[in-house]
Amino acid sequence: MGKRSNEPFLWMLFSVGGTIAALLLPVHVFLFGLAFPLGWLDGPGYEALLALARHPLTRVYLLVFCTLPLFHYAHRFRYTLYDGLQIKHLNELINTFCYGGAIVGTAFAVYLTWSI
Amino acid sequence: MAIPTYYPPRAYRTRVSTYWWLRSWPYLRFILRELSSISVAWFVLVTLLQLGALHRGPAEYARFGEWLRSPLMIAGNAVALFFLLFHAITWFNLAPKAMAVRIRGKRVPPLFITVPNYIAWLAASLFVAFVLLRG
Repeated sequence: MGKRSNEPFLWMLFSVGGTIAALLLPVHVFLFGLAFPLGWLDGPGYEALLALARHPLTRVYLLVFCTLPLFHYAHRFRYTLYDGLQIKHLNELINTFCYGGAIVGTAFAVYLTWSI
Repeated sequence: MAIPTYYPPRAYRTRVSTYWWLRSWPYLRFILRELSSISVAWFVLVTLLQLGALHRGPAEYARFGEWLRSPLMIAGNAVALFFLLFHAITWFNLAPKAMAVRIRGKRVPPLFITVPNYIAWLAASLFVAFVLLRG
């Protein structure tokens, strides 16, 4: 029997992260990235947003929002490089770059949602 | 007597061009869908930077707001929104293929999975907008 693969676990992270990204990211980008900066809508001010970010439920929400989609990105981007550019021989470098980035982002998300 | 050496036949593999995904629209669409993952990472990063600025105080947060208003960021986020909508639509449309739900041994029709996904998307978006805009 061959070596046990951790592919199913990584695929599960990809799948859950992709669903969260699909459900939540468009509205976040629309509001924080376009509607608030361009003045189309009035966004919450500093105090209001800080109070919101400190709510326990928001902390959990932000932790999920800022971690699982990163693993979706890591998995999908890895295969984009494999298939699109056919650079399978750089396997280890790509894995380190993609999943390493997701892990660093996760560490930041844990720190920020905890300490904010 | 000489022992014949066994040469295993080398597998025949056709070479695929690096730019195979430029050949046809469905291929290009596939690569664009896969590239949407960059926009996912991008906006999670923006959100993390925003939380960091929020954490460091009002002056830093004002600077962050200034940065979001710069033309480059507006353009970047407009592109990100396009790719994220592309991701969401393709994701929900593929959901029936990934979720093989059976009732009494029969596959549930695809629309029974796609439509609730779109309803959940709408509800989640409205909820986030409501929480942020109620003030």
